[in-house]
Amino acid sequence: MLDGPSVVAALKECGVTHVVWIPDSEIGTWEPALRAEPLLSLIRVCREGEAIAVAAGLMLGGKKPVVLIQCTGLFEAGDSLRNVVHDLKLPLFLIVGLRGYLAHKKGSTFDTCPVFAEPILQTWKVPYLLFDKDKTAPDLAAEYRKAQTEKRAGAVFIAE
Amino acid sequence: MPMTLRDALEILATHRGERVVITTMASVGIWPSFSDSPLDLAYIPSAMGQAPTLGLGLALAQPERGVIVVNGDGSMLMNLGSLVTLANHPANVYLLIADNGIYEVTGGQPTAGAGHTDFAALARGAGIRRVYRFDELTAWKNSAGEALTGPGPVVIWLKVEARYGQKTPLPPRPMGEQLARLRAALAS
Repeated sequence: MLDGPSVVAALKECGVTHVVWIPDSEIGTWEPALRAEPLLSLIRVCREGEAIAVAAGLMLGGKKPVVLIQCTGLFEAGDSLRNVVHDLKLPLFLIVGLRGYLAHKKGSTFDTCPVFAEPILQTWKVPYLLFDKDKTAPDLAAEYRKAQTEKRAGAVFIAE
Repeated sequence: MPMTLRDALEILATHRGERVVITTMASVGIWPSFSDSPLDLAYIPSAMGQAPTLGLGLALAQPERGVIVVNGDGSMLMNLGSLVTLANHPANVYLLIADNGIYEVTGGQPTAGAGHTDFAALARGAGIRRVYRFDELTAWKNSAGEALTGPGPVVIWLKVEARYGQKTPLPPRPMGEQLARLRAALAS
């Protein structure tokens, strides 16, 4: 189970410096913890493609950002994602709220986000893990560290 | 006196100091005439409209350095929200909008904003306090020093002459080499 305080603790432990984000209704509940942590700078942007470009600039300047967005914004951000991961070859790390996934598994939603989210990241060649409700903040930290150690992009979908 | 993009960039070159300069589209082809600094980033291949936010990230990471972004009006229109983002995170970003009213490298088609979009008003409305507009060369030459000095964010709207028959320029170096030079310069 992920919540704001545990995610913030994990990000701090990993040396993350900035969280660039647009909240959704689930990950938005992490805001009080994110705001309260002085070692993390919270960068608010207007669209998710911007979040990825800001993170790229931060990485070029020597910082360690993560991008925190919803899957609908991931769909919008494809050009930025392509550019930062494949042209600039930067180790972008995304935490993405996967809207409607839990209901989709039960067959109780017509939301198409869960249909397209994983194929989108597969198409953009970004390795990812899907975090169901059993995953914890240390699992998130482990995935971040693995991507950084391998100097590659990575992503975690948070099932909502 | 009307202003060409080349004229505008020549003046910029005399004022850039030790700041990072990110060029996009047409300016990528001209800027190497004036500078070959490791602090130059010719942002091709790019993500459409994302140079201002890339520059913001760099400026936040390196607050003392300062970042100049040379954007076109077409690129600016693709990411007007970046003006709001810049206003919300004060950093030393100097955003030049070279406005020629056309998509220069796709055949000279007019942009959706050609002739009626007020980029200065958009920037002010987004919350950016330091906003300049220059329609001719002498005014830009006389005020560039002031506009490019002091705290950012700063938006500088430059009306430049349209050029037709242009192709997408090539960056002076491959992206990997550019980024290696830039990172080394920022670390030194």
